[in-house]
Amino acid sequence: MNQTIRVAVIIPAYNEEASIASVVSAVHAASSDNIQLTPVVVNDCSKDSTREIIGTLNCVALNLPINLGIGGAVQTGIKYAFDNGFDFCVQIDGDGQHPPQFIPVLEKQLVANNWDVAIGSRYIEKEGFQSTFMRRTGIQYFQLLLKLITGETVTDSTSGMRMMNRKTMKLLYAYYPDEYPEPEALIIYNRNGLKFGEVPVQMNERMGGQSSIRGFGAVYYMFKVTIAIIFTYLRQ
Amino acid sequence: MERIQIIAIIGSLCFLGYVMWQIKKGKLREEYAFIWILSTFVLIVLSVWRNALEILAHTFGVIAPPNLLFAGALFAVLIYLLHLSLTVSKLQYENKTLAQELALLKQKIDKKEKA
Repeated sequence: MNQTIRVAVIIPAYNEEASIASVVSAVHAASSDNIQLTPVVVNDCSKDSTREIIGTLNCVALNLPINLGIGGAVQTGIKYAFDNGFDFCVQIDGDGQHPPQFIPVLEKQLVANNWDVAIGSRYIEKEGFQSTFMRRTGIQYFQLLLKLITGETVTDSTSGMRMMNRKTMKLLYAYYPDEYPEPEALIIYNRNGLKFGEVPVQMNERMGGQSSIRGFGAVYYMFKVTIAIIFTYLRQ
Repeated sequence: MERIQIIAIIGSLCFLGYVMWQIKKGKLREEYAFIWILSTFVLIVLSVWRNALEILAHTFGVIAPPNLLFAGALFAVLIYLLHLSLTVSKLQYENKTLAQELALLKQKIDKKEKA
């Protein structure tokens, strides 16, 4: 008989009072005897009632005393998962964009292909919510940049839905970017010899909250991530 | 001594006094105070000994002496700003690590209390 696989589902939450309860219950619904999913909500010093809500939910509640941004929040979850002996951890958004029923799919592909990281991609089968035109253009630009640097094709480099094994957790325990960590993390994997691949998933439109990338922020995002990708590549 | 020299010396001394007062109160760390005391000292020397700037400018081959002063001061400020950026980056990293540890510890305590 197989041992139960324990997966920490890291849910970074900043002002997600509208959606967090349903995301946590969706995680429980996707849990099974083979794959046990533990929701780990990282409240990034929300200004709304996220803190009170997650206190009443059946989940691990990590409340940050100051706002660290998405990267710092996710890293907190990774530290929790690593310290508590989880086999894998997976990050999903607190706004309901990532359906938890795809978590077992990610796990299956990660194990079958002997990957260290499995990335959920919206753009392989092009089903479900496809995001805005601007966002897709940016993602195509990153795809080209990553291809040039790593030689690998990543169709959804900004996807936050990622599952990782303990080897990857240990690496990211020491360093994980603060802002817009997703594309930069791919270079970190590549530079440290980790194997990663993409798994087709469907994503939803956010249930609540606002994207952190909009307006002038988009320009800053492109610039910051490009710089980060190049310097992360040059680091070792 | 000309009027501007007296004003400059008084200004520099006031600045020096303020820096020392902040160190005495323990609000300014000595390693940062060092650079401020040093620059005040340079200012006092330049106000008392007016020819110093001209001699220096001549040595470096600068035609207008005040330009040397501006260039030197600007360069010093830039270096110091870079140093501060590095300090802030380090503090930010340490701050982040502390916040994360705190959140993880709080969760551990909450779990114990509930059990």
